[in-house]
Amino acid sequence: MTPASDLPRWADVVLLPILNLVAALAVCGLIIFFLGENPFTALWVMIKGAFFYSGSLGYTLYYTTNFIFTGLAVAIAFHAMMFNIGGEGQAYIGGLGAGLIALWLAPALPMVLVIPMAILAAALFGAAWGLIPGILQAYRGSHIVITTIMFNFIAGSIMVWLLVGPLIEQGQQSPQTPKFEANALMPKMHEIGGGVFSFLGSSPLNLSFVLALLCLVGFWFLIWRTKLGYEIRTVGQNPEAARYAGINVPKIIVIAMALSGALAGLLAINELLGVQHRVVLNFTSGYGFTGIAVALMGRNHPVGIFLASFLFGAIYQGGAELDFEFQTITRDMALLMQGMIILFSGALAYMFNPWVSKLLKRWMNRGEVTRV
Amino acid sequence: MSEFAYQLLLTLDATLRLATPLILCAMAGIFSERSGIIDISLEGKMLMGAFVAAAVAFTSGSPWLGVLAAMLASVVLAVVHGFACITHRGNQVVSGLAINILASGLTVTIGIALFRQGGQTPPLGSTDRFRPIEWWLVDALDAVPIFGPIYRELISGHNMLVYIALFLVPLSAFLLYRTRFGLRLRAVGEVPKAVDSAGISVSFLRYRAVIIAGLLCGIAGAYLSIGQGAGFVKEMSAGKGYIALAAVIFGKWRPVPALLACLLFGFLEAVSARLQGVDLPLIGEAPTQLMLALPYVMVVLVLAGFIGKASPPAAIGQPYSK
Amino acid sequence: MMTDKDMKDGRDGAHSFALKLNGISKSFGAVRANRDISLDVRAGSIHGIVGENGAGKSTLMNIIFGLQTADSGDMQVFGQLASIRSSADAIGLGVGMVHQHFMLVPNMSVLDNVMLGTEGGYLLAEGREQTLEKLKQLSSEYGMGVDPFALIEDLPVGIRQRVEIIKAIKGGARILILDEPTGVLTPGEAKQLFDILRSLRDDGVTVLLITHKLEEIMAITDHVSIMRDGEMVAHRETAATNPQELARLMVGRDVLLSVEKEPASPREVKLRVSGLGCSSRAGNRLLKDVSFELRAGEILGIAGVAGNGQTELLEILSGMRTVDDGSIKLLDQTIDADNALSPYNLRELGVAHIPEDRHEHGLVLSFEAQENAILGYHNDPGYVRGMVMDKDAVLERCETLMKDHDVRPPNPSLHASNFSGGNQQKIVIGREVDRNPEILLVGQPTRGVDVGAIEFIHKQLIRLRDEGCAILLVSVELEEILSLSDRVMVMNEGEIVGIVDQTEASQERVGMMMAGIGSDAAA
Repeated sequence: MTPASDLPRWADVVLLPILNLVAALAVCGLIIFFLGENPFTALWVMIKGAFFYSGSLGYTLYYTTNFIFTGLAVAIAFHAMMFNIGGEGQAYIGGLGAGLIALWLAPALPMVLVIPMAILAAALFGAAWGLIPGILQAYRGSHIVITTIMFNFIAGSIMVWLLVGPLIEQGQQSPQTPKFEANALMPKMHEIGGGVFSFLGSSPLNLSFVLALLCLVGFWFLIWRTKLGYEIRTVGQNPEAARYAGINVPKIIVIAMALSGALAGLLAINELLGVQHRVVLNFTSGYGFTGIAVALMGRNHPVGIFLASFLFGAIYQGGAELDFEFQTITRDMALLMQGMIILFSGALAYMFNPWVSKLLKRWMNRGEVTRV
Repeated sequence: MSEFAYQLLLTLDATLRLATPLILCAMAGIFSERSGIIDISLEGKMLMGAFVAAAVAFTSGSPWLGVLAAMLASVVLAVVHGFACITHRGNQVVSGLAINILASGLTVTIGIALFRQGGQTPPLGSTDRFRPIEWWLVDALDAVPIFGPIYRELISGHNMLVYIALFLVPLSAFLLYRTRFGLRLRAVGEVPKAVDSAGISVSFLRYRAVIIAGLLCGIAGAYLSIGQGAGFVKEMSAGKGYIALAAVIFGKWRPVPALLACLLFGFLEAVSARLQGVDLPLIGEAPTQLMLALPYVMVVLVLAGFIGKASPPAAIGQPYSK
Repeated sequence: MMTDKDMKDGRDGAHSFALKLNGISKSFGAVRANRDISLDVRAGSIHGIVGENGAGKSTLMNIIFGLQTADSGDMQVFGQLASIRSSADAIGLGVGMVHQHFMLVPNMSVLDNVMLGTEGGYLLAEGREQTLEKLKQLSSEYGMGVDPFALIEDLPVGIRQRVEIIKAIKGGARILILDEPTGVLTPGEAKQLFDILRSLRDDGVTVLLITHKLEEIMAITDHVSIMRDGEMVAHRETAATNPQELARLMVGRDVLLSVEKEPASPREVKLRVSGLGCSSRAGNRLLKDVSFELRAGEILGIAGVAGNGQTELLEILSGMRTVDDGSIKLLDQTIDADNALSPYNLRELGVAHIPEDRHEHGLVLSFEAQENAILGYHNDPGYVRGMVMDKDAVLERCETLMKDHDVRPPNPSLHASNFSGGNQQKIVIGREVDRNPEILLVGQPTRGVDVGAIEFIHKQLIRLRDEGCAILLVSVELEEILSLSDRVMVMNEGEIVGIVDQTEASQERVGMMMAGIGSDAAA
């Protein structure tokens, strides 16, 4: 997916991403400057807004949770060299699964059953929505990027239809389901653990964060420690070699896309069971797309994905703070920053490569000369 | 004239209006994709064009200046796409996605800074916009059965940009199939090495293609905000760029079939708007939201080879290196 | 290395030169593809450039044609100092090139392809008549008849090549470079090509022919220059040299690799192929009625020009391609159109496969050596417990492999891409042979491998044979086939021309058979 780099690993994994990030932020800073505000003040407002106020860290981590799910979703598909741009739709349909369980079973069953079943349903529904494009790619050669884009829109249409029709709360106008029962709600972090997490302040951060952390670990184990992970990576890196090795390439592509959809579906757990407490229109609000940026920045590795998610979480939460402090710049700045980061860390990922490579070479040569 | 025929005529009229931005973006997509550059950023370029057109038309009072500015702004984004994909051999899907998100962020951010209306532009007066053009003899021909109403409703009475869009389709086909530029463009999307070894610069050719795509998306955007609408509204492109991309694929990367696909998709939208809340026999209330998903479903079926077979330009998505 | 006599042959005299190269060098990273190359090509001659794969011929031609830029050195075209920085420059100076992989757009017509780059006006209509006229003229002058409205994808390879030549000549080429032009041609097509080249020369076109086939050099060139390891090692007049001398200059070592081996003692039949056939997706017959037997303890070598069905045969036997006609009896399994075995099934049965292209199939270059050491065997209970890989077992396996097969550097964590060609191949071979397979399928075992490793690899194959493995060896290097095989099977156009015993397989006889002349006629 990305051109090979001739840089030493540390430069490739640490230096380049930081350079790209700085470049993206610098361009955003310039735009803020031209809009007549001080970019450094804006940055400081964002940092304060993301970490320092009561509850702000909780909010940042709540956003982080969403990005971990969608980032992992994109990454697992990337490992099979599939570009899953359909995280939005998979998460949306995942929300349908979680919502149906919450609406139907919560009145009858206890929480310890409802929540795991909702998680399972979100994953299964999301998986199904990733599975179909996977099958079409693997067995019919339909380009995964286009199919998943189309599936986002199809999911959108289905959900609108359901939310204004069969699933709408009786007697209400707004397209949303009735509120879930209390035993279908993810416990908030500041309410559990006997106040251990009260330092996070009152925030939407809920147990889904723990689920996200488990997914990070599970992802690492799956990709680098299991046979399936080995097969997924082989298919992604060299499908011909995979065929030679007797790996069923189409099957692995389908599995990877299903897992990808399942991870994206879990977003619904954080958003619906954790925060909205009902199925609402467009609750995915672009998190699926941001997942692409997260996976790219995080180089498809759980550690990188966590860091990138945290960064985007901070940008989202800090960006919201801009509304209160400025007239000209708003939380939409976060969207702009996200676009710039995708541009520089994704599409222009290797722009600085020749330059850094030259610089490093000169620096290393100098080292050799002094040694002699 | 029966009521049904009249309703059909109105629906067809709406079809043309709804299809216009699709047609412009589809032609844009054809130029870009035929040169080997995937363009999912039709959406973003159109949105940017819509904002700039409205902002400039509002400030200057001239819709034509608005279109020109929209084309320029859209071309800037197109060049960014080219810089990432052609010069730096970046991932074309990622670059397109970045441009879409950038356009969403930029239009609203600049809109708020300029107009302080939550990201919208102030509503445009009628002189700041493209107005419907009444053709000659509309009233005189009214008396003619069938042709009269068709002439009045369908052929006459659209704004300039609609006619420009329709004219651009044969022009695109001519450029693509009858000129040197078109031959080279078609070749570079299939076997860029062949073009390179014939002594033609692959990069320059592709830059020209993405710039043309930028120009066309700019017009499409202007149509949304100062042709069809009267001002810019946040996210007003609303997925039309993606439908246009679907039309490109549905039309197998050829201008005339893509035009037909745009008209079909426009028709579906017009019909579903008309059927909103209408009870149909057997079905009950028309599931208009589901009808809107039909273009996407159809593209999936085409891509999967269930309706015909769409094979994209062979070199699409692959950065060129010697 | 270059004697005065060599220099004189190539560079003296009052002839006018179409092309003169002086001190051309080009490096890719640490690889010095061209080192201080000088070359004079007389106008109106056919000049051969000969050398082994990887000797730097293609790089040199790409430099002449402007696809790559030399690091140093200069170039004269028809006596003028030329700075060629792009193919446009080269074409402008009258240099045309027929590439090894054709530069044609498959879904466009011959006419469109020929016009590309020399359209003759902004509107295609302007240059169209002229181009059609030119096509007609070229076809009558050189016997290159082509339907201008046919789509390239519908034409056979030989005709496509003609379109390439027409394209170059129409573009005004006075110097025509052909890169390995016969690699994809049948002997008949090759003969036609040579006729065309001769008549072009007689019209004053200078032809530069790059090849690694000595018989072509002897058959058609006036002069020949020999490259080895990125250097130009000698120039000769073709009439004053012979294949043996050229071969010695090309490889810089004795051509006949002497592999020490005892006579084979073949035992039971391990593989019986009867009436095997398969077609490409486009419907071309790739294999036709192929039948043979392979016994334990023998090496059956398959000789043939590349692309005559060897690749497909290996793919079928290794489970990567399905059978269309006929059947295979392999150990005690039957494979035919209805019964397919996957590569995985076959490995379990004891069929190992060293693929022809280790980069395409044999290795995942971005994986560590240890991950590559189990590729295809990753289901083995020794490496995986349940669903989880046993890291220690994999590491241990790789360390053993590296020690036994002398892989350098012996670092299991190094990415496969960082090993030299020879060491990459040792990883593949080690992986495949270490489980004492019953049947070993080998494709191009020493392609792009250095001399030391070649010897090592050959010894391994002989050892396996002596231990009772049934080995099927495909190689385009005839010497390799002749020195390793106990029996030689020759393929041409997807068919078996004949099978001869090693003792009766001479260069000449097998060479004739490779051209499609049957063993009976040859004997």
